[in-house]
Amino acid sequence: MTVEAPEHGIPGHLVAFVGALRTHGVAVGPGETVDAAEVITALDLLRRTEFREGLAAALLRRSGQRQVFDTLFDLYFPPALGAATGSIEVPRDGEGGPVDVDRLRDLLADLLRDGDEERLRELARAAVDALGTAGATGTGVQGMNTQPSWSAYQALRLMSPETLLAQIMAALSQPGDDAFTDEVRRREIRDRIARFRQLVQDEVRRRTAEQRGRDQVAKTAVPKQAEQVEFLSAYAEQLAQLRRTVHPLARRLAARLAVRRKHAKRGQLDMRRTLRRSMSTGGVPMKPAYRTRRPGRPELVILCDVSGSVAGFSHFTLLLVQALREQFSKVRVFAFVEKTDEVTHLFEPGAELSGVMQRVLREADLTAFDGHSDYGHALGSFAEHWGEAITSKTSLLILGDARTNYRDPNLTALRRMIGVARHAHWLNPEPRRQWGTGDSAATRYADVIPMHECRTAGQLADVVEALLPV
Amino acid sequence: MKATQSPLFGSVDEVTERLASVGYLASTAVATTVYLADRLGKPLLVEGPAGVGKTELAKAVAASTESGLVRLQCYEGIDEARALYEWNHAKQLLRITAGQGNEDWDATRDDVFSEEFLLPRPLLTAIRREDPTVLLIDEMDKADVEVEGLLLEVLSDYQVSIPEMGTVTATRKPFALLTSNSTRELSEALKRRCLFLHLDFPDPDLERRIVLTRVPELPESLVDSLVRTVRVLRAMELRKVPSVAETIDWGRTLLALGMDTLDDEAVRATLGVVLKHHSDQTKATAELRLN
Repeated sequence: MTVEAPEHGIPGHLVAFVGALRTHGVAVGPGETVDAAEVITALDLLRRTEFREGLAAALLRRSGQRQVFDTLFDLYFPPALGAATGSIEVPRDGEGGPVDVDRLRDLLADLLRDGDEERLRELARAAVDALGTAGATGTGVQGMNTQPSWSAYQALRLMSPETLLAQIMAALSQPGDDAFTDEVRRREIRDRIARFRQLVQDEVRRRTAEQRGRDQVAKTAVPKQAEQVEFLSAYAEQLAQLRRTVHPLARRLAARLAVRRKHAKRGQLDMRRTLRRSMSTGGVPMKPAYRTRRPGRPELVILCDVSGSVAGFSHFTLLLVQALREQFSKVRVFAFVEKTDEVTHLFEPGAELSGVMQRVLREADLTAFDGHSDYGHALGSFAEHWGEAITSKTSLLILGDARTNYRDPNLTALRRMIGVARHAHWLNPEPRRQWGTGDSAATRYADVIPMHECRTAGQLADVVEALLPV
Repeated sequence: MKATQSPLFGSVDEVTERLASVGYLASTAVATTVYLADRLGKPLLVEGPAGVGKTELAKAVAASTESGLVRLQCYEGIDEARALYEWNHAKQLLRITAGQGNEDWDATRDDVFSEEFLLPRPLLTAIRREDPTVLLIDEMDKADVEVEGLLLEVLSDYQVSIPEMGTVTATRKPFALLTSNSTRELSEALKRRCLFLHLDFPDPDLERRIVLTRVPELPESLVDSLVRTVRVLRAMELRKVPSVAETIDWGRTLLALGMDTLDDEAVRATLGVVLKHHSDQTKATAELRLN
């Protein structure tokens, strides 16, 4: 176990912590660092929660940064060192014998039932210490330094807290419970199980950091801020978290747009109305009248790939467009995998949007042969059946990674659509350097249509803002 | 200035206690940041969803420290004249007309730009007060970007420059608290001058105590199931998740209807109190198996 003593005492440690925050995209200026130092002098460092909240108040400037902050805080100001002993012991067969997993699971079930977070944390700590060593002494291949490496996967696999749900539910159920009480309880327990997994992972991160150095762990194991998560590599939980940010994001975009509009309309003199007004002052134009430009509200046609990994990106973008609905006079949504089908009815105002992608896949007619994306055929069938949807007032938005499985990209159909539409843009969730590699037809499409890289929600917001009319 | 002013609170625990004595139950995060804002003499920017008690916090700080509360409610189009100060033009004109003929112009000019003709607005009022003051700038995000620039001088140096009169500096720094619903990003310059507090929904234990202080007539077991149900609702993907204010309202509703258990019938009948969108209600009904 290595414990790094900071070179310049607490100030040095604070600066290192701030540095780590910066590498993770939390913009902290020197001013904030000075504030944080003042906070340290004003607070009792032994009271860890207060200390953490105090530092957060001085260093953070946005609510989305809290998760990154908490993870890094645990790494830089760990709650304990080594296998800290708590009041909870892992049950074993005899003194120092192997862990009795069944009894451990019973213990876990009891704690999950009561929902005492402090005790759950202690159990996580004890369990990781007892079960979380992959490749521990005498169990096969070892690292150079014969130190065990910590594994949350292994600890969680042995305990498998998910399978305890039914047991806990049975213990809690009382005669006369209705379906509603049952459901609330089930969701609560599920929440606690998820929380326990989180605790185990935190604990493993802490132990690993002690062993391999915290900078190493900080580099890889810290979650990203929602806006910086890449659509294509995000897992379900991250996407769900991302979707929760869609409304604040849309509001922010709308507010910025309002400012742009306000500035844009300044300074254009309306000659006719100025002269008309001057009649009341004897022909002297005392009060000039300015032209107020009415914001153009374009019709939007969205054509989105809903296959596999791109679906997360399409879903988020559709939600964003939906949240910005006031900016458009009419929105039509078309989904495609191999073929295209209209799904506008699923995006009616007030519709339930959280499971909408499953409904798109289930209800729309999207596949023809093998269910792999075929951009060429999709564009073709769109032009054939809904060609009249695109008029000279339409802004066309295509969402997808342009991976067409080596099939014909059908540039002719796309060219024709762009020719009719007022604006046309392609949003691609793949990093720019991967465009045109393998079966990607991105570069060929990009010759015809302006293509924008939208890997993260932040990038997408910037692109959408630029596309919205002033 | 700093030396003469003693801090309002002595320790973090004292903040918690004194806020509790006026009926505001603060989490560690809230107590710590309030303590720090007071200690470091910095304004506190509170962000968070509607109905978690941002404005209440300012009121509670004022009440617990026996300070006067000066409130500036922001709205779209608020300007200097509404936020800082304004000259009382009508009175100035009267003064000029009254003094016509028997005074020279120089004296009149100096006179009409004096204290007497100044209409102080919230920010100036807060700066000039001699007694302990809590300055609440509510819904900062509703105001235009230009207003933020105007606040910078007030919040960093606690002074207001009036070109005709000179600079008014605070004799006693007010405890400044800004709230925002984050409908837009506030400028970096403003944020940099503040301590930041993201006020989120309280943890179940705290929420339970909050409901009990607000609606003491409710039986504890009912509050418990109330809070648990609200938490489950918050975990769903809803258009508008219920806030603390809604939990309290729900408790009051159940009390008024004389219901003492939260079974599916009670929930079905009163779900409208916590969920304000029809689609949210349909979704919750389906997911919680209420039909």
